[in-house]
Amino acid sequence: MAAILPRRSRRRVRWKAYLYVLPAFAFFAIFLGVPLLQTAQYSFYDWNGIGPSTWAGVQNYVDLILDQKLRDSFVHAGILIFFFAAVPVVLALALTAIISRGARMRGMSIFRTLLFLPQVIASVVVATTWVAIYSPNGLVNQLLRAVGLDSITTAWLGGFATALPAVGLIGSWLGIGLCLVLFLSGVANIQPELFESARLEGAGPVREFLSITLPALRGPIAVALTLTVVAALKTFDLVYITTHGGPGNATSVPAYEAYNRAFNTGQVGSAGAVAVVLTLLILIITVFIQKLQPKDVE
Amino acid sequence: MKKFSRRTVLSAGTAAAIALALEACAPGGSKTTTATSAAVSTDIASAGNVTLTVWDQNTDGGINTAQTQLNAAFMKEHPKVKIERVTRSFADLKTTLKLALTSKTAPDVVQVNQGYPDMGSFVQGQLIRPVDDYAKLYGWDSYYPQQLLDLNRFTPDGKTWQAGNLYGVSQTGEMVGLYYNKKILADLSLKAPRTISEFEALLPKIKAAGMLPISYGDVEKSPGIHIYGIVQAALAGKQAVSDLVTGKGGAWTDDSSVKAAQTLVDWVDKGYLTSDANGISRDAALAAFNSGKSAFTITGTWQLATVDKALGADAGFLVLAPDSSATPVTTGGEGLAWGITAASKNADAAAAYIDYVTNANASQVLIDTGNLPTVPPKDWAPKPNTLTADIASSWKSVNEGSGMVPYLDYSTPTFYDTLTAAVQELTAKQKSPTEFAAALQADYSAFIGKK
Repeated sequence: MAAILPRRSRRRVRWKAYLYVLPAFAFFAIFLGVPLLQTAQYSFYDWNGIGPSTWAGVQNYVDLILDQKLRDSFVHAGILIFFFAAVPVVLALALTAIISRGARMRGMSIFRTLLFLPQVIASVVVATTWVAIYSPNGLVNQLLRAVGLDSITTAWLGGFATALPAVGLIGSWLGIGLCLVLFLSGVANIQPELFESARLEGAGPVREFLSITLPALRGPIAVALTLTVVAALKTFDLVYITTHGGPGNATSVPAYEAYNRAFNTGQVGSAGAVAVVLTLLILIITVFIQKLQPKDVE
Repeated sequence: MKKFSRRTVLSAGTAAAIALALEACAPGGSKTTTATSAAVSTDIASAGNVTLTVWDQNTDGGINTAQTQLNAAFMKEHPKVKIERVTRSFADLKTTLKLALTSKTAPDVVQVNQGYPDMGSFVQGQLIRPVDDYAKLYGWDSYYPQQLLDLNRFTPDGKTWQAGNLYGVSQTGEMVGLYYNKKILADLSLKAPRTISEFEALLPKIKAAGMLPISYGDVEKSPGIHIYGIVQAALAGKQAVSDLVTGKGGAWTDDSSVKAAQTLVDWVDKGYLTSDANGISRDAALAAFNSGKSAFTITGTWQLATVDKALGADAGFLVLAPDSSATPVTTGGEGLAWGITAASKNADAAAAYIDYVTNANASQVLIDTGNLPTVPPKDWAPKPNTLTADIASSWKSVNEGSGMVPYLDYSTPTFYDTLTAAVQELTAKQKSPTEFAAALQADYSAFIGKK
């Protein structure tokens, strides 16, 4: 009897809690849930956005596999994950290992602010700046010429082999600051005594990093990966401004295809299918990354 | 157990909701617009105070000046009509007009891009109104050359272009051609070419003199349509390409279309085009030509003012003819059509406005502001040996000889994407001319098959 009573009261509180969530849920349902369902609905139709639509069944989804252009766009997104997530996380970890040793350094906050700056600048500005940097007479080619590498100068965003990595490296540049700031704040949470005792035991910098810093950073790494992988998968602005998916379709990505099909080429159903699959893909990958998150960290 | 069952109920509910949503009426649905049968009139004063919402894409310098002047003059003449002008760049117009037309507060007058993707789907959705009645009233049907009127025609089902009802009239003429630097050609003692063969014969001589023959930049993807378009028109002839674009017959894999692709590849191989053109912007390519770094560049008459300002008396413009013909042929047509929306309650005022910004009086305003009107005034005599004179005479001969090929991207709703990507792949050697042609044909036959 005594055991049942408190449980009941707890349950009543839980139901009341749903009421508090209601306003937020209503907002979500109207502005996210309904459009999401609508997109899912469109994806089963063949519709040009104006005239009558015809039921297409799963044809739009089948096309994701059969249509090489759509298939490629997902492959490109996969390649971008490497540049947007893997590169910045690895580089930021290396930088963290170095910087954390001088954590008491003066001006640390200025340094951190500078590194975080790319995240604050509007992506249109970032992309436009990089278009200039990659242009035939831009900074990259000027540097190459200055060191006598004239032979490899090219229009980086115009080459079939170079365009996607070029876009990807903009993502790397964007991501490093974000990852570094996350990791540095993670390192700041490690108790200094741990490092002291490790050093007393005779551990070198590498050992110290692998045994103390890296395990402590599991949470921040999961957060960084989630943010950067999602950014890679939903890239639209960078591609839209730097290449329009070109040359050819060398840099087309799912988000760009969804936009283009819905607003330019009158393939609203196909656009819906791309959007739905992209959303699911992001959700699934995010769930997997969350598994990295240590359970005891809130 | 209890928890589990609640979750089951929840997911069952969600599934039901999704199924319901999917079964609910299909997107788009059927639209019933009552046909406008009211008598049309030029009398717009009796309707009282009227506000016309007008969507145009006249954002560039010269044409914007003309539009501002025309709007002000119209409102002065018709004090009861207020023009609410909304300007959009071409790309923005293409993406937002569809939404605006289907909204409850649709504009009255809109500029509609010709071809299946835009005008065709608007006609099919009954979003714009046929203007044949106003054409008779204002004499548009006799004012414009037939081939230009046809570009603005569609059958009421939106499936056949260049036939059926008239859905608007155009303010400006435009065509793609070769801008050339007269001084560079004279220095090399070369004559301006007349046919495609004469043009191709010049290219090695210019290259041998250490000069870039054709300045070309395609990062925006659209210039690819123009360069391929004029070569294809000159090799295949007007009728063949025109039939292809309007879906009357032929295939993109036909010999002359493949040969046009091969010609572009040859130009790339021999260094006649700017290298790495896929990474060069259209503006950078034009700037190179304007600063005397190339003998030719390929773009449209809409660059008249820019080139004229940069090169002055050295600037020339020409349109190539096929080898066996005296009639120059090129890609082009006219500016976007000014149409009236089906939702407009002030069709009379809208038509009066459209007439005002496109008639002979407007043509003079357009010329004065550095634009090419659809129908230049009969007495238009630009100073000889100027760029304007070249463009005026080319426009005249192309129209008189019916040498105008519609823009290639009108072919199918997705053709702009397919063609622009394919040209980039062609010039970067990612696709052979045959593969290029096959890619275009795949898009084309899918659309023709569906019609």
